[in-house]
Amino acid sequence: MFTSTTFLSILPEVLILVLAVLIFIVEPFWKAEGRRNVGWLTAGGLLAAIIVSLLFGQPGEPTATFGGMIRFDWLGFFFKLLFMFAGAATALLFMDNEKIGQRGEAYLLLLASLLGMDLMAVSADLVMLYLAIETTSIPLYVLSGFMLADKKSTEAGFKYLLFGALASAFMLYGFSLVFGFAGTTNLYQLVEMFKAESLPLTTAFGVLALILVGLGFKVSIVPFHFWAPDVYEGAPTPVSGFLSTASKAAGFAVLVRLFFVAFPEFAASWTLTLAILSAITMTVGNLLTLQQTNIKRLLAYSSVAHAGYAMIGVVALSQLGVTSVIFYLAAYILTNLLAFGVVMAFSRVTGVDEIRDFSGLSRRNPWLALMMLAAFLSLAGMPPFGGFVAKVFVFTAGVQAGYVWLVFVGIINSIIGVYYYLNVMKFVYLYRMPNEDEENHPVPLTRPYLITLTVLALGVILIGTVFAPWFGWSDAAALTLF
Amino acid sequence: MNFPVLSAITFTPMVAALIILMMPSHRRNETRAVALASATFALLLSLWVYFSYDQSLGGYQFVEKYNWLPALGISLHFGVDGMSAPLVLLTGVVMFTGVLISWGDEDPHVKAGIQDRPREFFAFLFLLAGGVFGVFVSLDLFMLFFFYEIAVFPMYLLIAIWGWVVTREYAAMKLTLYLFVGSVVSLVGVLVMYWTQYKNTGILSFDMLVMENAGFSQALQIAWFLPVFLGFAVLGGIWPFHNWSPDGHVAAPTAVSMFHAGVLMKLGAFAALRVGIMLLPEGAKYWSWLIMTFAGIAVVYGAYIAFVQTDMKYMIGFSSVSHMGLVMLGLSTLNRDGLTGAGVQMFSHGVMTALFFAVTGMIYDRAHTRMIPELGGMMKIMPFAGVGFIIGGLVSMGMPGFSGFVAEFPIFMGVWQKQWLVAVIASISIVITAAYIMTNIRKVFFAELPEKLHGHVGDITVLDKIAIVTLCILMIGLGLFPGLMVPMVQTGVENILRLLGGA
Repeated sequence: MFTSTTFLSILPEVLILVLAVLIFIVEPFWKAEGRRNVGWLTAGGLLAAIIVSLLFGQPGEPTATFGGMIRFDWLGFFFKLLFMFAGAATALLFMDNEKIGQRGEAYLLLLASLLGMDLMAVSADLVMLYLAIETTSIPLYVLSGFMLADKKSTEAGFKYLLFGALASAFMLYGFSLVFGFAGTTNLYQLVEMFKAESLPLTTAFGVLALILVGLGFKVSIVPFHFWAPDVYEGAPTPVSGFLSTASKAAGFAVLVRLFFVAFPEFAASWTLTLAILSAITMTVGNLLTLQQTNIKRLLAYSSVAHAGYAMIGVVALSQLGVTSVIFYLAAYILTNLLAFGVVMAFSRVTGVDEIRDFSGLSRRNPWLALMMLAAFLSLAGMPPFGGFVAKVFVFTAGVQAGYVWLVFVGIINSIIGVYYYLNVMKFVYLYRMPNEDEENHPVPLTRPYLITLTVLALGVILIGTVFAPWFGWSDAAALTLF
Repeated sequence: MNFPVLSAITFTPMVAALIILMMPSHRRNETRAVALASATFALLLSLWVYFSYDQSLGGYQFVEKYNWLPALGISLHFGVDGMSAPLVLLTGVVMFTGVLISWGDEDPHVKAGIQDRPREFFAFLFLLAGGVFGVFVSLDLFMLFFFYEIAVFPMYLLIAIWGWVVTREYAAMKLTLYLFVGSVVSLVGVLVMYWTQYKNTGILSFDMLVMENAGFSQALQIAWFLPVFLGFAVLGGIWPFHNWSPDGHVAAPTAVSMFHAGVLMKLGAFAALRVGIMLLPEGAKYWSWLIMTFAGIAVVYGAYIAFVQTDMKYMIGFSSVSHMGLVMLGLSTLNRDGLTGAGVQMFSHGVMTALFFAVTGMIYDRAHTRMIPELGGMMKIMPFAGVGFIIGGLVSMGMPGFSGFVAEFPIFMGVWQKQWLVAVIASISIVITAAYIMTNIRKVFFAELPEKLHGHVGDITVLDKIAIVTLCILMIGLGLFPGLMVPMVQTGVENILRLLGGA
């Protein structure tokens, strides 16, 4: 029963757990002022976990372990690596945030949520899936409201908790109905049991709609996006970055597995609904972004729009489609972490995060401005950054599936995106501080920021130029679904 | 010949951009020196490509191919033919002269060239140049888009940061959005072509040489020709979508105007030819009347609007619309003469308009005005610039002995064969062009120097003079020895005619 494959299938999770325990033990012995160094430990530990998993834990043929609870395949594995990378970057970005960097429990909560995400990516059973989603969410509720003295942060935490609980109740109800109709909770057996002919289409539609509410909340597609801007704005910035990247990607990991493995028959009849959702998500997300004056809210709304772009790949309902979604998410994780990282590094020094406060940044710190340029151009879909290739792949998949109209909607939205992203860069590069003395207001970067931002910026460029290996991995991951 | 010269040309500016960014920002002259050195290197490489292109063989030469993403058929496939080799040379020349005139003069009374953050300026400019080279040499559609977008977005920063204070934000955003809309519309068309090819032949490839044989149905070609062609032609300044271009020209700093009018607009025309006409020939035949109408209107309308401008830069901006209209007119004929003319006109206009913008920039930097009525007597102050402008003007009018004649004559011949009426109407533009160029020369260079400008307007720098001489030599050289370019362009045209079915 307990073979080495069983162990290997949860190797990353085990390593994360070991790391968490290690931090739990070590942290109290650190002096209060040195406690930010837990960040180094977390990030280093996660990187080590990535390397160990890559060396020993690569999946072979897709196998079911733990009595079918967990699926050991490339789809899950690739997402796990992405999440752990995002977690490592976030831990480094935590360090010099005064409110959370000195507190060991922040890193523990981060790891706990990471553990949940890793399990989300590999869950092959509705029960396991629900547990994983809750394991991910609960630490994130706490992290969002971490700054107790800050009203906005408390509000963010509470709002996220309420909305999250509601959405997950819907999803759980959906799961229970699925179990009622099919008599099994295993995703890979649902295919057999949850047949189209044995079930009225409207019933199946209703059940899937309930599940979609829960997942839609996670990936923040319209109309389940309401929480995102408030939470992103209120939560500590590194947490917002983590929420908008890893948490969203985890939702997508579940979404593709669920739709392609458990309900393939219904997936085909669902695509039009998803296509419309995707179009609405892009459009609403972008139109709302246009009028934002706060950089975190801008990134929040734009992250809603990006969920819409990625959905095009799901709608395409093909292997290339899933590949492009995974590629999109990989590029998006790097890019958005970079964007939030730059915002963090800036507001740590200046204490403000309105867009107009970024005036003169290119003179205050040219390198930070360049990294911001890379992040925003990548978000806008410009080469040589990752966003361009990712978008083209998603559009390619969309056109292949015959959704030319959806691709046109995507294109119109990219244009809106270019407008507001460039608008921010206008403040960074063109406008000056009120008294034009940028020389006396430098924005220095501390070492963790410097390392993280440099790595992320290089990653964004690398994924946008040498895209073959990334595509290969995404393709290997997508292959396991077909 | 194993040296990957086309990759070297494409990546030289990009590597230079990185090196320049790494330099400390206060080493301004060192930054400029690195910029000039790499621009010279790129110019030498492009000269080498141009002169070692074997005209007797024709076809694509210096071909390099690296599989970039075999799963989707994306490759880094470079090669030049008779159409693109002159444009590569043009880019090298404009890059070189652009750096020369951006060096400027640190004297606070003159403040010519780029004095604010030259490091960032040259880095963005070179990124742009790399993108332009990339488009001209790419034989892979994916990479073509990749480089195309790289050539577009630095424009925004270059214009918004270093442009003319009054209109720069508006113009930069307008330009970027126009070009981005155009390119993504083309992208959808290309993706449709890509999947149709897969359906027809079972080959997944973005390679244009493969796509030539994809066997697109006539219905598909007719349906998608306009989005693809016009999407690119927006950057070529085609008539109903030309609006961004004069605004962009005016707002841009001098070197960027040179790049913009001299090279970027060719990028649009070239990509429209490569992707629109060469891959969708049936569509091109079907719609050629529409393109010809648009182009005909652009030629006359652009010239007329240029005639009534009082701002020198707007005048040249609209003259670019007019001259690029001639290029489009040549393309729309789809016959040997018209296409040859269009190919040469792209080069000729590029050099000419770069010169115009360079001289205008020099005058503006020193006189602080570009309004024609407020200027005068520049011939005495900066004779070099004056002579250069006059030579450019003669080219613009299509005077024999200059490159403009070599380019425009075949275009009109080609149009005449197709539709004589259009040729007659378009030729009106020559008269109007002559009128506004002559008026401008008389007023700006030969009239009395206005009181206001007495004393504080000085001559141009040595580097400016080198730039002007370089550009003039090219225009006169091509005018006197058309054999230097015309046969080469013709080899490229033969290939296009083959795709068009020997029309």
